Amino acid sequence: MTLVDRHGPSMLRLARVYVRDRAVAEEVVQEAWLGVLRGIDRFEGRSSLRTWLLRIVANLARTRAVREAHSVPFSALAGAEDEEEGPSLPPDRFRGPDERWAGHWAVPPEPWNRPEDELLSGETLALIAAAIDALPERQRRVITLRDVEGCSAAEVCNVLELSETNQRVLLHRARTKVRQALDDYLTGSQDRDRP
Amino acid sequence: MSVPELTCEELVEVVTDYLEGGMPAERRLLFEEHLAFCEGCQTYLEQMRETIRLTGTLMEDDLEPSARDALLGVLRDWKRR
Repeated sequence: MTLVDRHGPSMLRLARVYVRDRAVAEEVVQEAWLGVLRGIDRFEGRSSLRTWLLRIVANLARTRAVREAHSVPFSALAGAEDEEEGPSLPPDRFRGPDERWAGHWAVPPEPWNRPEDELLSGETLALIAAAIDALPERQRRVITLRDVEGCSAAEVCNVLELSETNQRVLLHRARTKVRQALDDYLTGSQDRDRP
Repeated sequence: MSVPELTCEELVEVVTDYLEGGMPAERRLLFEEHLAFCEGCQTYLEQMRETIRLTGTLMEDDLEPSARDALLGVLRDWKRR
């Protein structure tokens, strides 16, 4: 297996969380490999080879995204939208402060109870992909690397230049929204099944 | 039965901290105590785990064969220089 085969897919996926256009992302990956050959950044074994490659891609893709952003208004606000988020679930899912058992479930989650083949169906996976796609940029980057790509928390902090706390907050928000999308879909269709 | 000191509303906010293993031991104990008594939170935690598992099965976004060949071509040319 060549290095391109082994690391190409991860590099492309990371590039695409910065630049959504596939062709542009492929250019970024190509640029990254050429950069590697030119020795833009010497590999010194302080991190794994994969982390080092992903960092190069992140830097190039970031630059590229900024350059392309001139034609996309409001994208400069992409980072800001993460900051002003409310609670993970709507407050009316819980009992109010004056009620008995304040802060406990008023509307507890319904178990999904779906067979494995339905959970792994193309429809469910497309829904997850769409939910990830709809996330604010930084949340999308973190969940893509952590949960799709399977990177460790330390790796993600390194590649995306995030603090440990920041990484965890972004991951939490991203996972919470993807769970909610799944829940809407899975328990919503459950109701339709039982008229 | 005593009311656990962590509410469900608080638990859903720290569920990632718990899964990441970044919780101080005392808080972790509180979390697990709450969980033992609360079916709703057990379901919620289970669904978070399911979400992570299912997200991990998303299709490999492989390089398209044409792009891959083009890339390998570029790299080969580079080596010849």
